Amino acid sequence: MSSPTTPPTITVNRRESIVWTPGMTVRDIIQQMNYTYPQLVVSVDGTVVLSDAYASTEVPADADVRIIHLMAGG
Amino acid sequence: MRYQELAVLAEFTYTIPALSRGYADQTLYVNVGHDQIVARPVSDDMKERFVGGRGFDLWLLWHAVNDATRWDSPENEIVISSGPCGGTSQYPGSGKSIAATISPLTDIVIDSNAGGHFGPYLKFAGWDAIELQGLAERDVIVTIDASAGRGGEGRVRIIEVPDDCPVDTHVLGHWINSTFAASESDRQLMAFVSTGSGSRATRMGCLNFSLYDRKRRDLRYKQAGRGGIGTVFRHKRIRAVIVHTTPFGADTNGPADPARIARTGADMRQEITRWDPVQNRMRSRGTSYLVQIMNDYDLLPVKNFQFGTHEDAPQISGDVWEQRFTQNMPDGCWYGCTLACAHAVDNYRVQTGPYAGGCVIVDGPEYETIAGVGSNCGIFDPAAILEINFYCDTYGIDTISFGTSMAFAMECFEAGVLTEDLTGGIDLSFGNADGALAVLHQMAEGVGFGLILGQGIRRMKQIFVERFDADPCFVDDIGMEAKGLEYSEYMTKESLAQQGGYGLTNKGPQHDEAWLIFMDQVNNQIPTFEDKAEALHYFPMWRTWFGLCGFCKLPWNDVVDPENALSVDPAKVPHHVENYIQIFSGVTGHEVTADDLIRMSERVYNLQRVFNLRLGKGQRDHDRVPYRSQGPVTPAEYLSRQDRYDRQLRDWLGLDPNTMTTEEKLAAHREHRTDQYERLIDAVYARRGWTSNGIPTPDTLRALDLADASILEVVQRYL
Repeated sequence: MSSPTTPPTITVNRRESIVWTPGMTVRDIIQQMNYTYPQLVVSVDGTVVLSDAYASTEVPADADVRIIHLMAGG
Repeated sequence: MRYQELAVLAEFTYTIPALSRGYADQTLYVNVGHDQIVARPVSDDMKERFVGGRGFDLWLLWHAVNDATRWDSPENEIVISSGPCGGTSQYPGSGKSIAATISPLTDIVIDSNAGGHFGPYLKFAGWDAIELQGLAERDVIVTIDASAGRGGEGRVRIIEVPDDCPVDTHVLGHWINSTFAASESDRQLMAFVSTGSGSRATRMGCLNFSLYDRKRRDLRYKQAGRGGIGTVFRHKRIRAVIVHTTPFGADTNGPADPARIARTGADMRQEITRWDPVQNRMRSRGTSYLVQIMNDYDLLPVKNFQFGTHEDAPQISGDVWEQRFTQNMPDGCWYGCTLACAHAVDNYRVQTGPYAGGCVIVDGPEYETIAGVGSNCGIFDPAAILEINFYCDTYGIDTISFGTSMAFAMECFEAGVLTEDLTGGIDLSFGNADGALAVLHQMAEGVGFGLILGQGIRRMKQIFVERFDADPCFVDDIGMEAKGLEYSEYMTKESLAQQGGYGLTNKGPQHDEAWLIFMDQVNNQIPTFEDKAEALHYFPMWRTWFGLCGFCKLPWNDVVDPENALSVDPAKVPHHVENYIQIFSGVTGHEVTADDLIRMSERVYNLQRVFNLRLGKGQRDHDRVPYRSQGPVTPAEYLSRQDRYDRQLRDWLGLDPNTMTTEEKLAAHREHRTDQYERLIDAVYARRGWTSNGIPTPDTLRALDLADASILEVVQRYL
C-alpha cells in the first residue's frame, strides 16, 4: 500500500510506475503511456479487460496493470 | 518477336501430374551451364522430414554443393519452393515462395520469401521445387510450359536470350508478356522470376516474383530481397524463369479434406473483414501502418539506427501512404488473401535515371522500405521514397540492404570518414535523396561509389579502413550488419531479446525469424534470460514453419479477434495456430499438433545451422552483433535518451550518473550490455540444444531425426 505521504500509484507491465488519480480508467492509462498500438491485451490485477470496456473500467490504486502488445510487425 | 523464333538450347518433356495432398512428388533440376534438365522424385522421407519450401530448398542445396562452394561457384544453386499448402486459395496468405542459395553477402545459406504467383504456378505445373545450377555461357531464359494441363505434355526449355530482351524487371516483364503470352488468359496464367541490372555489380541483388494483376491488367512484383539471391541469379546469366500453367481452382492443390480447409478459411476471412478496419488497417495501408507505431515507441530507425524517433516521421506514416495507394483494389499477392496488403501507387511518373518521364506502377512501399530508404537515411519525402523503391525493384536491388548500407555511408560521410572526393562528388549527407539516387543509378551501371556501396556494409567497412583510413572501431560499431547481412529496420538497443532475435539467426539480421521487441521492451513479458531464451526458441521455430508450407506470416498476428485476449497465451494467437493445424492437416491428410509444427521447424532450423558450419561459419563468433544494435555508440545517441540511460545506470549498475562524464557513462553501458548479450547467447544455445560454441549436439540432431552421416560428420569437426 502507498504511504500517506506519497501519492498512490499503479504499476504497468511490472516496470513503469505512474501516479494514480481517482476515476482513472484503462483508457486513461493507455493514453498516458502513449500506447498507440491498436492490438492490446489488458489485465487489471489479473482480470482481462476487453477493448470495448477500456473507457468504463476504473483502475484501483496500487493496481497491477498489464498492457500486452501483440507482436504484429516484422 | 514470338517465342517460337527463339533459339532453344535444351528441351525436356514430361507428363503434367495431378497434385496429391499438396505435392507434385517431383522437383525440377535445371543446369544452365550444361543445358541439362532433369526431373527428380520427391521421397516420402523428404516430405516427412523437410516438409517443403525452405526445408526442400535446404535439403536440395545440401546435396548440390560441397564444403568449398561459394556464391559464384558453378555448383551453387538457387532453389525455389512453395510448400504443401502453397497455392491454397481458401485461406489468406497461402501463396508464398521461398528461395535459397549461398549468399554473396554472407557466404552462408540465405533464404528469402516472396509473394507473387510463381511458387503456386510452379507447383501447379508439376514441380515441388526448382533447382537452378551452373553458369551459362550466354544469357538464358528458362521456360516451364504446363499449359496443356494435368495429364498433358509439359515442356521445359532453356532458351537463348535475344538482343532485344531488356534486363530491368518492369520492362522485361512487358517483353515477356509480348513474347510468350498470346492472350489475356495467358498473361493471367504466367508468372516469372527475374532480377535487374543492379544485381550485376552488387552483392545485394534481389529476385522479383511477378503477379499479373487482373484488375489493373498489368504486371506487379514482389521481392525475395535478402542476401543477394538476385546477384547469384544474374551471375548464372539467367534473365528469367517463366512458368505457364492452366486454369486452376480450389482443388488443384489436391487437398485431402477440401471442406475442412474451406471452413477454416471462411472463419479467417470473416475475422479479417471484421477486425482489420479497427486494428492495423492492412487492407488500406499495408505494413506502412508500422511507421507511426515505431516512431511512437522510439523504435523507428533514424539516421543509421542512432535514434528511434523523428519529428518528421508523420510525413511518411501510414496516413500518407493510404492517400497515395490506390484504394478498393484486390491487392493480394496471391488469390484469396483477404488481408490484401500488397498495395501499389499507380501512374507514378519517374523523376530520374534511365526511365525518367515514364509512367509506372510502384509496388509498395512496405514498412521495411519506408524505414530503410526513408527514416534511416534521414529522408522523410514520400516522393523520394517512391522513386528509390521503384528503381531498387526494377534494378533488382534489395531495398533493406540498400537502405541500411546507404544509412551507414551517410553517417560515415557526416563523420568525415567519407568526403565528396571519395564519393565522386556526391553529397551523402543524411536526408539527401538526390545523393542516394545518384548512388543507386551508379550501382545499376556498375560505376563510381555505387560499386563500393553495392558490396554491402561488411566489405565497405574493410574498404573504408584499408583505403580511406577510417577508424576500424568506429565503423565496426556503427556498421549495422551481422554475418555480412544488413540489418532490417528495427531499433534493438533497448531489447536484449531482439538483439538476439537478429544476432542468433541462421542467415543474418532479418526480422522474419524473431520479432520480440514489444514482448521484451514494452510488455516486459520475458524478463529473465531463460524467458528470453524460450521466446528465442519458440518464435523463430514458429515463424520458420510458415516458410516450410507456403504461408505468409502476416495473417497469423496482424489481425486478431479481441477474444484472443482471453486465451492462455495471447502472444501466440492460439486460435490462429489452430487454424494452421486445420489447414496443414486438411491439405496433407496428416493429423498434426502444435508441437508437431514446431518440431518440423526445429529439424530444418538445425539443418541450416549445420549447413553454416559446413561452410566454415555458424559458431559463436559469427553470432556477435555490432555495438550500435546493443547500445549508444556516440555522445549524441546517449544524450538523445539521457534520462533513460542515466536511470539504467542507477537501476542496473548502482552508479551515480551525476558523478560521471558522458564518456564514462558510455563505457559503463557498453561493458554491461555486451556482457548481457553473452549471457543471452549462453541461455539460447542451451535451450536450442547446442554447445556453448553454438554447435548442435549429436543428441539434439538424433532427437530431430537428423542423424544422417553427412550431417553428423560436419558437427563432429567442431566437437
